[in-house]
Amino acid sequence: MTANRLAESLLALSQQEELVDLPKDYLLSGSEDEGDNDGEREHQKLLEAISSLDGKNRRKLAERSEASLKVSEFNVSSEGSGEKLVLADLLEPVKTSSSLATVKKQLNRVKSKKTVELPLNKEEIERIHREVAFNKTAKVLSKWDPVVLKNRQAEQLVFPLEKEEPAIAPIEHVLSGWKARTPLEQEIFNLLHKNKQPVADPLLTPVEKASLQAMSLEEAKMRRAELQRARALQSYYEAKARREKKIKSKKYHKVVKKGKAKKALKEFEQLRKVNPAAALEELEKIEKARMMERMSLKHQNSGKWAKSKAIMAKYDLEARQAMQEQLAKNKELTQKLQVASESEEEEGGTEEKVEELLVPDVVNEVQMNADGPNPWMLRSCTSDTKEAATQEDPEQLPEPEAHEVSESEGEDRPVAEEEILLREFEERRSLRKRSELSQDAEPAGSQETKDSSSQEVLSELRVLSQKLKENDQSRKQKASSEGTIPQVQREEPATEEEEPLLLQRPERVQTLEELEELGKEECFQNKELSRPVLEGQQSERTPNNRPDAPKKKKKEQMIDLQNLLTTQSPSVKSLAVPTIEELEDEEERNQRQMIKEAFAGDDVIRDFLKEKREAVEASKPKDVDLTLPGWGEWGGVGLKPSAKKRRRFLIKAPEGPPRKDKNLPNVIINEKRNIHTAAHQVRVLPYPFTHHWQFERTIQTPIGSTWNTQRAFQKLTTPKVVTKPGHIINPIKAEDVGYRSSSRSDLSVIQRNPKRITTRHKKQLKKSSVD
Amino acid sequence: MGEMETAPKPGRDVPPKKDKLQTKRKAQDPFPGPAPVPVEVVQKFCRIDKSRKLPRSKAKTRSRLEVAEAEEEETSIKAARSELLLAEEPGFLEGEDGEDTAKICQADIVEAVDIASAAKHFDLNLRQFGPYRLNYSRTGRHLAFGGRRGHVAALDWVTKKLMCEINVMEAVRDIRFLHSEALLAVAQNRWLHIYDNQGIELHCIRRCDRVTRLEFLPFHFLLATASETGFLTYLDVSVGKIVAALNARAGRLDVMSQNPYNAVIHLGHSNGTVSLWSPAMKEPLAKILCHRGGVRAVAVDSTGTYMATSGLDHQLKIFDLRGTYQPLSTRTLPHGAGHLAFSQRGLLVAGMGDVVNIWAGQGKGSPPSLEQPYLTHRLSGPVHGLQFCPFEDVLGVGHSGGVTSMLVPGAGEPNFDGLESNPYRSRKQRQEWEVKALLEKVPAELICLDPRALAEVDVISLEQGKKERIERLGYDPQGYDPEAKAPFQPKPKQKGRSSTASLVKRKRKVMDEEHRDKVRQSLQQQQQQQQQKEAKAKSTGARPSALDRFVR
Repeated sequence: MTANRLAESLLALSQQEELVDLPKDYLLSGSEDEGDNDGEREHQKLLEAISSLDGKNRRKLAERSEASLKVSEFNVSSEGSGEKLVLADLLEPVKTSSSLATVKKQLNRVKSKKTVELPLNKEEIERIHREVAFNKTAKVLSKWDPVVLKNRQAEQLVFPLEKEEPAIAPIEHVLSGWKARTPLEQEIFNLLHKNKQPVADPLLTPVEKASLQAMSLEEAKMRRAELQRARALQSYYEAKARREKKIKSKKYHKVVKKGKAKKALKEFEQLRKVNPAAALEELEKIEKARMMERMSLKHQNSGKWAKSKAIMAKYDLEARQAMQEQLAKNKELTQKLQVASESEEEEGGTEEKVEELLVPDVVNEVQMNADGPNPWMLRSCTSDTKEAATQEDPEQLPEPEAHEVSESEGEDRPVAEEEILLREFEERRSLRKRSELSQDAEPAGSQETKDSSSQEVLSELRVLSQKLKENDQSRKQKASSEGTIPQVQREEPATEEEEPLLLQRPERVQTLEELEELGKEECFQNKELSRPVLEGQQSERTPNNRPDAPKKKKKEQMIDLQNLLTTQSPSVKSLAVPTIEELEDEEERNQRQMIKEAFAGDDVIRDFLKEKREAVEASKPKDVDLTLPGWGEWGGVGLKPSAKKRRRFLIKAPEGPPRKDKNLPNVIINEKRNIHTAAHQVRVLPYPFTHHWQFERTIQTPIGSTWNTQRAFQKLTTPKVVTKPGHIINPIKAEDVGYRSSSRSDLSVIQRNPKRITTRHKKQLKKSSVD
Repeated sequence: MGEMETAPKPGRDVPPKKDKLQTKRKAQDPFPGPAPVPVEVVQKFCRIDKSRKLPRSKAKTRSRLEVAEAEEEETSIKAARSELLLAEEPGFLEGEDGEDTAKICQADIVEAVDIASAAKHFDLNLRQFGPYRLNYSRTGRHLAFGGRRGHVAALDWVTKKLMCEINVMEAVRDIRFLHSEALLAVAQNRWLHIYDNQGIELHCIRRCDRVTRLEFLPFHFLLATASETGFLTYLDVSVGKIVAALNARAGRLDVMSQNPYNAVIHLGHSNGTVSLWSPAMKEPLAKILCHRGGVRAVAVDSTGTYMATSGLDHQLKIFDLRGTYQPLSTRTLPHGAGHLAFSQRGLLVAGMGDVVNIWAGQGKGSPPSLEQPYLTHRLSGPVHGLQFCPFEDVLGVGHSGGVTSMLVPGAGEPNFDGLESNPYRSRKQRQEWEVKALLEKVPAELICLDPRALAEVDVISLEQGKKERIERLGYDPQGYDPEAKAPFQPKPKQKGRSSTASLVKRKRKVMDEEHRDKVRQSLQQQQQQQQQKEAKAKSTGARPSALDRFVR
């Protein structure tokens, strides 16, 4: 990236120079000291300038306010070629020099590197953020769907919402006197029995019960606080270690190392006094380390670094010292502890020091070889040991930072429980670091890692000295923190229990819900059972009523009005006949005759039929006649438009629905719409209904107290929402409806961490959001 | 209904201990669960018409429908249960074996019943002021009668306490109580007058002149008057306005009755027709040709199902008013009936000369059978007015000799609604009721043949609104009608390709394609039907008969 940019800037620079050069030359043209070549060109240019003086294509010359008569011999002029300056030209030296070769190499390397993917632009990143955030929020919010649905369908909502104690229908009640009969039920019960799930009496399994009783809320809170504190402390410690590690001062590190070594020694001394057995063990360990060192070629000035130092040692005092230090270390590590007396050791040490001061590497090597038992073995073993070391704890390789903490394996054992937690954190952190490292993978970084790995191997040897102190520490800890450790140990199982609880709870709730649902279903079934019965009854009844109607209608078609009115009906001979009639029986007959005569003339029936015909005609929609006389033919008085034309311009009205009184000869039913009544009717369908029949069904039952019993009336007119006066109505919470409090953290992760997102990330994100 | 809530039956494998327990519980409650309700009674209160099959509906709609149906079921069950509170039973008259009840005269009945009931039979001998019209108040407690010669009186007929007695010095054609017994409308020779129960004239309504018949619609507070001039006038007595004055165009109107079910006024005309009127319409809602001669009397029963008419052709007919308007039964009476009235329980009385005949049906809601009269009674003069007293087994007859109150067992509704029309209400209660009734007053324009029209959707305006919306927006926003597709609109194309001709061509193409699709579909349907038919025929034909083996 940087190299790329560098190249670009170089290019730009060269171009600039190019630009700058041209006018310079132009100005300089007047000067005498110029070659033939130059003169010709200048002449050409002059001609061009003159020719361009006329007209539009007059070239505007670049002006230069600053007159520089000096001709710089360092300036690169691109005259003659007329081409752009290429980067390679710039780098091409006048004389080939070795220093430029490296630059070239670097450039080549830069060129060969693939370009890093461009970060997405801001809008796209924001869109992706929004998308993901939306998906997450939707997911989080979707858990409210059933609650919302329930509230919408609820007959009545009473606010403030009271947390209902989930009425656990005791399953014993449900199950008493009930037996699995169908094969499905039997199978289910088999499964339940197999898994030792409670079937009848206790609702919960013993484990569930125990887990329910395990912890109170306060306890859990305290535990959580403790854990948090531990985590915080750890993070502080880590931060401190990192800070210290970052310190580049070699002196500081040296001092620290020395201090540590001294401390270790002191402790070892103390240990020897206090607990000789342990000290012996330690010694053994030290011995083993010594053997390892002897086997290896470490600290023997045979490495690359050592060799380079050896070259420099002639001139550089520091380098010499470094080498000596190495050797001293080697000595230190390879020395046998018990065998040699202190004085001897000192003597050897001084001798060596003196020697090392004078003698260069090669000599030393020889000497060392002489010291060591078998030079061949040393050579061959080095690589193996390295491997072995890496195999010994592979965990330490990827986490150079946390090394100092994790180094101490001895510490691990007593505080193992804590360690698990810590390790989790570290793993996560290291993962993150690794990803970071891989992201900005620079050559320097890889080198560093190499260095660090080698250092690890080195530092592993330091286990030796540190283990001395560790044991002591652990013992101290054991002594001092015997109160705390058990606590921690207690914590651990607790957390372990917590997890199952967390896992189990929702399941249990689910089962409860399922139970409720089952109950509901049963209810529904009951209802359904009852309904078919009702329906059956209704259907039984309806046929009685309904099929009559069509039959009647069919009959009605046969009705003749004449028959209807003229049929002789049986006359009544009641006991109590009107007195007058009794007296004048003959007169009665006369009267009848008279009536018949009286109504013989005026034909009521005919009149009525005529009236009906008129009414039918009047109610029929009328045709529209659009003929214009005189158009397209002769016009004038007495001339009618032709039948063809009339037929053509007659718009026939659509036929309406059949009249209600079509088959009723003695009835005229008014078909006109009663607009006054219609004004009171519903004319817009409310929301969930798509057909007016559906809506009509819901409003057919009257709700007034005139038609209903008092209880039914009250029930039908209960308000949808009831608020208790004087109570604060809080917004609904997850706890109110039986959810555990929601974790909002997962929502805001992305907003807090707006990293660079590339197209690759985008794809991943999309995938995840789809999932 | 309640049968489903029986105790769970013990399983076979239940241990004996539990069995005992259950038997114990059984012993405790011999009738577990709610008491059963007879299905017929429940059915009476069910108002949702389930015969109509609904189109497929969404889940949300279905849930609403289910809720509505459940509510209906619950309320109807509750109402059916509350029938238990209707403790009184209707009276009846039964002859000894084979004896005709019509032979039983009033004296026998009065002898047989208790004193309180016997006191309800009385005769008012008022020969001086000519034939009387009479009217009972809605509670059945008060009686008003007016004589042709101007005698008007109102009394509490149970206690025989006279409220007022005046002579209006004018011919009285009809008399009617308004919503309560405190107000009295009298159709006098020229105008309509309104008196209070002290006999003080409150109003003289000159716009209603020469009124022959009065009818009061209690729930609408409308006084309907039929006049000699052929006008039917509706007067809103709560605000004193004339709501509608309708010209019947059929000459003099002197036959009128109301349908208590839907407050439609029935007018009888001299051309043998009966017309049905509502103040909302200028024309009659329906016209029924009933008799060859003029109509003399009309009466409608309390359920609004049956109408009885009598005409000059001496016939008495009972019509079905449920949409068909066809006569159910017809009788020729020797003299023809001049007056008709239905009782609350469906008894029909006809006044013929000086005789009244009463016919009874099978109970409430059934048409009276005209085979045999239930009771007959002879009065001292020709009948001029008839009305059954509400909530009492009493028939009031106004005649030229005065007013007679006669006992008709089984005529009145035994159980009254204390909140609606309480015969025993105090003055205070009456005032309370008046306010409530006024608050619940039904607008006059709601009167139509089907009083449940309010529970229907105005389909025409609904469709129109939908169409307008679609037209306005260019598409159907609510997707009511999945078939309603937007008409094809050819897209404009470039370079002269969207000439009118090509546009038309494209349109035609799409239209043709659609048409072809339709034809194809219909053809397929036809083929399917044919195939089905064939399959059926084959299946029936192939079936071997048991007698086939004998075929040679």
